[in-house]
Amino acid sequence: MIIASNTLPGDSGYVAAAYLVFLAIVLGYVAIMAIRAARLERDVVEIAELVEGRAHE
Amino acid sequence: MYGKGLRPLSLITCVALTGAFALAFFYAPMDADQGISQKIFYVHVPMAIVALGGFVAGGLYSIAHLRTGDRGYDLKSYVAIHLSQILAVGTLITGSIWARASWGHWWVWDEPTLVSFLIVFLLYCCYQPLRFSIEDPERQARYASVFAITAGAFVPLNFLAVRLAQSYTHPRVLGTTDGLPAKMALAFYIAVVAMALLYVTLWKYEMASKHARNRLRSIRRGLGEDIGLTRSASPQ
Repeated sequence: MIIASNTLPGDSGYVAAAYLVFLAIVLGYVAIMAIRAARLERDVVEIAELVEGRAHE
Repeated sequence: MYGKGLRPLSLITCVALTGAFALAFFYAPMDADQGISQKIFYVHVPMAIVALGGFVAGGLYSIAHLRTGDRGYDLKSYVAIHLSQILAVGTLITGSIWARASWGHWWVWDEPTLVSFLIVFLLYCCYQPLRFSIEDPERQARYASVFAITAGAFVPLNFLAVRLAQSYTHPRVLGTTDGLPAKMALAFYIAVVAMALLYVTLWKYEMASKHARNRLRSIRRGLGEDIGLTRSASPQ
């Protein structure tokens, strides 16, 4: 049994790589969405300024 | 209001994913045959299942779009397919890593499961070029829906064909999980649920973003402004 367990491949690097790929995909996606949210906020500010400008006119 | 309930859903997703991976590493027993590399199973297979489920969901939303003519369903279908493509990339990469660790090869061409998944992925790679090659929004939505329904119907057919085919190296997961030890099966099912929750959270996240953007665009139109908002390739 001990001999058998010693012959098991030590592939923890591959496991870490697989989980890091998953993490990178999720984080990458969230980062892209955050950039889009920032753009959206910029557009909202622009429209708010536009509305305020018209209100003053 | 796609943003409604997004905060609790995000928290539940974080807890579920952390719990699922903790169970995979600290509760599920080490596989006697593959050792630690079998732990990739708990991220690779749930990602594949959820990606394929998302493609089918995209097809179902497209059916709703063609039946009702509501462009909202087209947007839902687009986001579902877009997210599934991202998960499919993850499935292919983690699958290759697992194959390298277990079989000594990054890819095995005579294995029906791997090749069929690649075919499904490549099929959906045609979705966006097809969609954005059409300028008229109505026609774009209609053609994209027809594609999504056809490709979505192909997914379960492909799944069945693969299960009927003789497997050489890739293990069969669904239908054979009865053979998994109870602790492994529990960790696996929780990982599938956590991955599905992640998918739903990101789908709602993107839908809320696109919905807000479209609302903003219509407000700007209402104000009589001709200044375009920041460019986006997504449907409206």
